[in-house]
Amino acid sequence: MEPKTIQPYTQRTLEADRPFSAKQFFLQWEWLLAFILIGVIALNTSLSPYFLNISSLRDATMVFLDKAFIVFPMALIMIMRDIDISVGSTVALSSVVMAVAYNSLGVPMGAAVVICLIVGALCGLMNGLLIVKFKELSAVIITLATMILYRGIAYIILEDQASGSFPEWFGFFGWGYVYGIPFILILFILAALLFGLLLHKTTFGRHIYAIGHNDVASRFSGVNVDRTKVIVFTLAGLMAAVTAIFLASRMGSTRPNIANMYELDVIAMAALGGISTAGGKGRLIGTVIAVFIVGYLQYGLGLINIPSQTLLIVVGALLLFAVIVPKLNIPRFKK
Amino acid sequence: MAVHTANAPAAESAAKKESKLAGLAKFRELGLLAFILLLAIGVQIRNPSFLTIENVMDMATNTAILSILAVGMMLVLVTRGIDLSIGATLALSGMLVAQIVSASAGFSPLLAVITGIGIGTVCGLVIGGLVAWLGVLPIIATLAMMNIYRGFTYMASDGKWISSYQMPESFVGIATSSVLGINTLILIALFIYIAAYYFIGHTRTGRQIYAVGSNPESAKVTGINEKKILILVYTLMGGLSGLCGVLWVSKFASAQGDTASGYELSVIAACILGGVSIAGGSGKLSGVILGAVLIGILNNALPMMDVSPFWQKGIEGTIILGAVLLNAAVKRGVERNHLLRRRI
Amino acid sequence: MKKYWTLILSLVLVFSILSACSQGSPGGNASNESGGDSEGESGGSKRYAFIFKNTGNPYGEKMMQGFEEAVNELDGEAILRAPDQPTAEGQIQIIEQLITQKVDSIVIAANDPDALQPALTKAMDAGIEVISVDSAVNTDSRVTHVNQADPEAIGRIQIEAISEMVGGKGQIAVLSATSQATNQNLWIEYMQKELEKPEYKDLELVKVAYGDDLRDKSVSETEALLKTYPDLKGIIAPTTVGIAAAGKVLTDKGLGGKVALTGLGLPSEMASYIESGVSPWMYLWNPIDVGYAAGHTAAALVNGDMEGKTGDTFEAGRLGQKEVVEDGEGTQVMLGEPFKFDKENIGEWKDVY
Repeated sequence: MEPKTIQPYTQRTLEADRPFSAKQFFLQWEWLLAFILIGVIALNTSLSPYFLNISSLRDATMVFLDKAFIVFPMALIMIMRDIDISVGSTVALSSVVMAVAYNSLGVPMGAAVVICLIVGALCGLMNGLLIVKFKELSAVIITLATMILYRGIAYIILEDQASGSFPEWFGFFGWGYVYGIPFILILFILAALLFGLLLHKTTFGRHIYAIGHNDVASRFSGVNVDRTKVIVFTLAGLMAAVTAIFLASRMGSTRPNIANMYELDVIAMAALGGISTAGGKGRLIGTVIAVFIVGYLQYGLGLINIPSQTLLIVVGALLLFAVIVPKLNIPRFKK
Repeated sequence: MAVHTANAPAAESAAKKESKLAGLAKFRELGLLAFILLLAIGVQIRNPSFLTIENVMDMATNTAILSILAVGMMLVLVTRGIDLSIGATLALSGMLVAQIVSASAGFSPLLAVITGIGIGTVCGLVIGGLVAWLGVLPIIATLAMMNIYRGFTYMASDGKWISSYQMPESFVGIATSSVLGINTLILIALFIYIAAYYFIGHTRTGRQIYAVGSNPESAKVTGINEKKILILVYTLMGGLSGLCGVLWVSKFASAQGDTASGYELSVIAACILGGVSIAGGSGKLSGVILGAVLIGILNNALPMMDVSPFWQKGIEGTIILGAVLLNAAVKRGVERNHLLRRRI
Repeated sequence: MKKYWTLILSLVLVFSILSACSQGSPGGNASNESGGDSEGESGGSKRYAFIFKNTGNPYGEKMMQGFEEAVNELDGEAILRAPDQPTAEGQIQIIEQLITQKVDSIVIAANDPDALQPALTKAMDAGIEVISVDSAVNTDSRVTHVNQADPEAIGRIQIEAISEMVGGKGQIAVLSATSQATNQNLWIEYMQKELEKPEYKDLELVKVAYGDDLRDKSVSETEALLKTYPDLKGIIAPTTVGIAAAGKVLTDKGLGGKVALTGLGLPSEMASYIESGVSPWMYLWNPIDVGYAAGHTAAALVNGDMEGKTGDTFEAGRLGQKEVVEDGEGTQVMLGEPFKFDKENIGEWKDVY
């Protein structure tokens, strides 16, 4: 292979400066993901007559996109070599507060939605602040504790009750269409674009990669590591609240035990998308494709009524496959 | 600093000369111990039947499985890894062993335990291979294998539970029998801790685990086979999970597909409370025991104090977060003291 | 070129695994695709779907077995599904997939009475007959409900049992699952109502504990009950996991005969405790019959034999004629009283379910 002397870090951030090479372009992780996605769709089409039509493909996105909003900030966090396992609990807590604000405190629904976003952001902010204040504790520890804590608070607020009876229009989030396109899909694409721009086109994004590669060095080169981390964790909380809104809308109610173990699904999708928990690597487009791979795979296999235990194995195998392939000695085919 | 903590067991004998320093270094565990004692006294005031011999024995029995798993998890965490698959491994080994035992009543309990350990070891070996040879990140590898093992468990069970009447007395007896009034589970846990104490502190391989954890690069330079150590650690974890699978099924006299689902988080929480660092290289058995004990007390005391079930999770979370942050703050103080001493 | 080959090879590999999984499992898991649809699925045979709470639950498997039996009698195709975790989210996903498949009927044992409403309403709008079974969904999101037994009877019968076991006097406690399952709460409510009667004035319900349907939690909750209330005379556990965990604790502590145990349990799980007398007797309906009745109810609705209105009647195979009765604002089909399992009959039932 051609000699390669550039460091991975520069290779990543200075991608635009490199001469375009078709061979390299097509040997990227994202292309493999795209192939897998096509394979999944082909597989599903061959297995179920109900899979390949517009309305089925479209409605499927409404089923699996809710948790996908968290994948973006999770990708950012993982690029910074951290992890956040409290997002599922944040979803539960923010949706519970929203429902209680609307039902018990008489807050109008619009304001309750805003409160939901604020609560989510606050949960994330608290994670972020604790993580930068206690640097000797890794993010896993902090978010493990807040994971139990946030869900605990949700239980204290609502006990075992469900809270629902939201106004009619609230159902639009989870069930509505705009010009025949699910609203959730539109918002997902919008979020993908925003996060893509943030990560790949701004200084902030470069800082995230820099921190992931070497946070000490970044600190000395003038990156405000603490601020960046706090912002990213707050974003994670915020997007968890977005998920909470869609989930509550789809279920027409909420309760403290919703979104259980969502964090693991989200981490799995981010990892499949080529985000390395070793930090510093990965691009957002990969996670977008990964979301659709996992979503359509589960949906399609559901259409032929695969037992859910088999589905567990398939998703596990897919995840392993995704992380092992780049390790097989294929030069350059690295994430 | 990480190395310092790692050396703590060995440092204990040397520390006698510098009693002040040793006192400071041990302070972390003492803080946790004091916290546990305070909690116990508080619960005792609320419910006088808390500190009876019977209840303490019950607590110890119920915590035994958690504490055994915590030893393995500590070693994994020390190498900068994490294992999310232990609940699934536990369920798989428990389910398979329960099926074997129910099919052939003459299967001896000892053989059942060995079979369970064997199944767990294989599960752990696969993970170790993924992590060491293929370089898959532990969190991803174990997440994937968690799904796969859990799926296998459901498939093996075919939607059925193995119930107490299908299990021979001798098998259920593994967890209910007692020697000198002490439950077998507690004895097994004690044995594991003694073995682990010797292994970690007094064997070459045990020390190498810490070396790999605190600085993989220099460990490599020193000639330590990092891959071997990683495989060893995950295999041990798997073997312990397999053992616990058998104990679990025997204790509850029932094997289900969803056995111990989410249990890995309790185990990790116990380790973290015990001061094991996720960043690797540091972690002491004494801390892990205390962490497991604290989780055990919380599980036992909250229902006994008549705390509303809805508050339990919140209280648990607050205590874990509080203990972790307090530990960190105390540690900082200790380190500052070290620095002060150096200046003098 | 080597790398391309490796790449292509690994792709082929993974897809062969995937398709092996998807092809293999319906065959391996006989419950998935019903037998007897050899005439082809589009050839007019109706498709009936059953969604249980979670996978790997023998109670649910038995219900599915009964459902499949009924559907096969009627030459339909049974689709049996369950999410891997007992969550409403998982059930919504499955409902969506079933709507896409254009099944004729969905029978669901709900994980949440309200959260499925939007999804089930969408299903009904698509012309699918929705029936809940075991744990009901609210009346707006179903055509009718198949009730395994009258909740009032379940509550009453368990108080009667415990009263008889403890001699009508002393402290008793309830060990429930999570209180999210609506049926648990309803039964406990009826128990409390029953306890207000004068003949139970010496029975004192000291606590309702929640074991979350987890083995370890149920065990520690039982132990806590025994320690907090040393004079406890009886435990009612209206949940299959809870009663088995309580049976285990009482056996291990040698309290059989001192603390009475009854409730709702699976005969197979409880056989050893009933035989040993730790639990003199307990109750449960036959889940096979519940599933079977649900299958026939669904078929009656799909075939237009009835509309699920109060007073409608239909033939439920070997269970004879059933009538739709009122249930608050909706309707339901009621099966008989729960069945009593004791030392005499547990032997023949423990191998059944």
